[in-house]
Amino acid sequence: MTAATSVAARGAVPAAPARAARRASKRVLPGFGLTLGYTLFYLSIIVLIPLSALLFKTATLSWEQFWTAISAPRVVASYRLTFGASFLAALVNLFFGLLIAWVLVRYRFPGKKIVDALVDLPFALPTAVAGISLTALLAGNGWVGSILEPLGIQLAFKPAGIVVALIFIGLPFVVRTVQPVLEDAEKELEEAATCLGATRWQTFRLVILPSIMPALLTGFAMAFARAVGEYGSVIFIAGNMPMVSEITPLIIIGKLEQYDYAGATAVAVVMLVISFVLLFIINALQAWQRRRAGAPA
Amino acid sequence: MSATTATRTIRRAQAGTTEAPWVRWTLIGIALAFMLLFLVLPLAAVFAEALRKGFGAYLEGLREPDAWAAIRLTLITAAIAVPLNLVFGVAAAWCIAKYEFKGKAFLTTLVDLPFSVSPVVAGLIYVLVFGAQGWIGPWLAAHDIKIVFAVPGIVLATVFVTFPFIARELIPLMQAQGNDEEQAAIVLGATGWQTFWHVTLPNIKWGLLYGVILCNARAMGEFGAVSVVSGHIRGQTNTIPLHVEILYNEYQSVAAFAAASLLALLALVTLVIKTIAEHRNEQALKAAAELPPERPAPAGV
Repeated sequence: MTAATSVAARGAVPAAPARAARRASKRVLPGFGLTLGYTLFYLSIIVLIPLSALLFKTATLSWEQFWTAISAPRVVASYRLTFGASFLAALVNLFFGLLIAWVLVRYRFPGKKIVDALVDLPFALPTAVAGISLTALLAGNGWVGSILEPLGIQLAFKPAGIVVALIFIGLPFVVRTVQPVLEDAEKELEEAATCLGATRWQTFRLVILPSIMPALLTGFAMAFARAVGEYGSVIFIAGNMPMVSEITPLIIIGKLEQYDYAGATAVAVVMLVISFVLLFIINALQAWQRRRAGAPA
Repeated sequence: MSATTATRTIRRAQAGTTEAPWVRWTLIGIALAFMLLFLVLPLAAVFAEALRKGFGAYLEGLREPDAWAAIRLTLITAAIAVPLNLVFGVAAAWCIAKYEFKGKAFLTTLVDLPFSVSPVVAGLIYVLVFGAQGWIGPWLAAHDIKIVFAVPGIVLATVFVTFPFIARELIPLMQAQGNDEEQAAIVLGATGWQTFWHVTLPNIKWGLLYGVILCNARAMGEFGAVSVVSGHIRGQTNTIPLHVEILYNEYQSVAAFAAASLLALLALVTLVIKTIAEHRNEQALKAAAELPPERPAPAGV
């Protein structure tokens, strides 16, 4: 029966037979109950129950306590810094991530394989290592700092250093979401644009850019989301001055060290809600991209 | 006349899908310069700083007992966290990729959830459950069981932050490969386990390896979440990243970078294995694509 469907589906659009086959497979393949049960069990004990502890702890606070904890000037300054630096870093990554993806997909040059592999370095290199290494580079006696500081540019132990660390952390997100979409892009559309008299820049702006926009925004949102929660790479380079260069995750750590569990929880809930919103946006963007990819050209 | 116009149009169309050489090389130059500055230099700086006072000082930094304790704890943590997430990843990928059911999209989002939670918040939730003032903290204290500020807490926090890695790698791969081979095996009389071991596993082994090494790299390198639950007891609850932090804050720069260089080497090995696994995976997918259809298009993420 499967063979018959696959023969029938060959050539034609396989949507309906595939759906029928998948429905049939539910009966044929064993293990649905076991794997779903285990997945839900493990998900609950590792993720859902501990996360709900955060909400229950918050529920024990009065609204006033909660509001005081999350709206203290020092905390508000940390939101501004965290979001501002994350946004700037994601913006830089949006631009250079697209450029790197473009160069990797469209051009040939020596060492391309190594460059491609190196893009994932921020995924593989522990954040604490990245943090101390960037600090050593940008400090006054470091390779980069010793060039920049005579010019009056100081990056280490300043908010600007935070942006540098967040650029490092977020770069692969943009490259890796844009790269596969660029690979799948149809060159015929570009040829058509050129034949119709478009310059290369017009083709890029009006044909290529709209088609990769969902992926580009997804990469931006992912880099931003990762940057907002980032801790390890930032604390070494930030200087961690209250009101100036103190990120929100560090506020949570500070409150924990003073045994202010209620305050830490309140700020953590704010961060968690923001993560959920970002996750929701990323999911919506990915759905948009899938619709784009699925739509007939 | 019309023939020459046609050739001219074709030539223009072909030229229209690429840029002039000077544009091309400028773009390549900018991209490579950016990567040199933001990726290669930080990596090189780790080794340069570690070897600044010579190879002897480098080895000295790695030889102290606290460094060994940190290495041991890191290995133990990864040895527990990675297999736990491996079993979960395979189970989750099997039920999400092989079946259709209500709430599947929601379940997939939940599996990805730990990626979007800040590591610091991840550590905090375990303190709230197992800590002295937490849900079951008093009960644990009465029975003399330590979880937070001890090794179990470190393992739990690591499991949380590395939770989605393997599932995430396997789900799109198994969706792309479809069900026909498994169905054929079942129809021919294989049991579910036999089908999994002899049919599914060989098909997904490179994706699985790729997920495992990424999971392992993050497990060994996690800093934020582990920092919250560790308690920072030297020689007891310090993993390598925490050990790096302590040395660095004590201005023992060479020793800090020596320990960090171990993690940087791990990152390099991870990238090499990942490149190989990805290459093999692509070949497997290409081979699968040449088989008859009846499978959804690879969901590239």
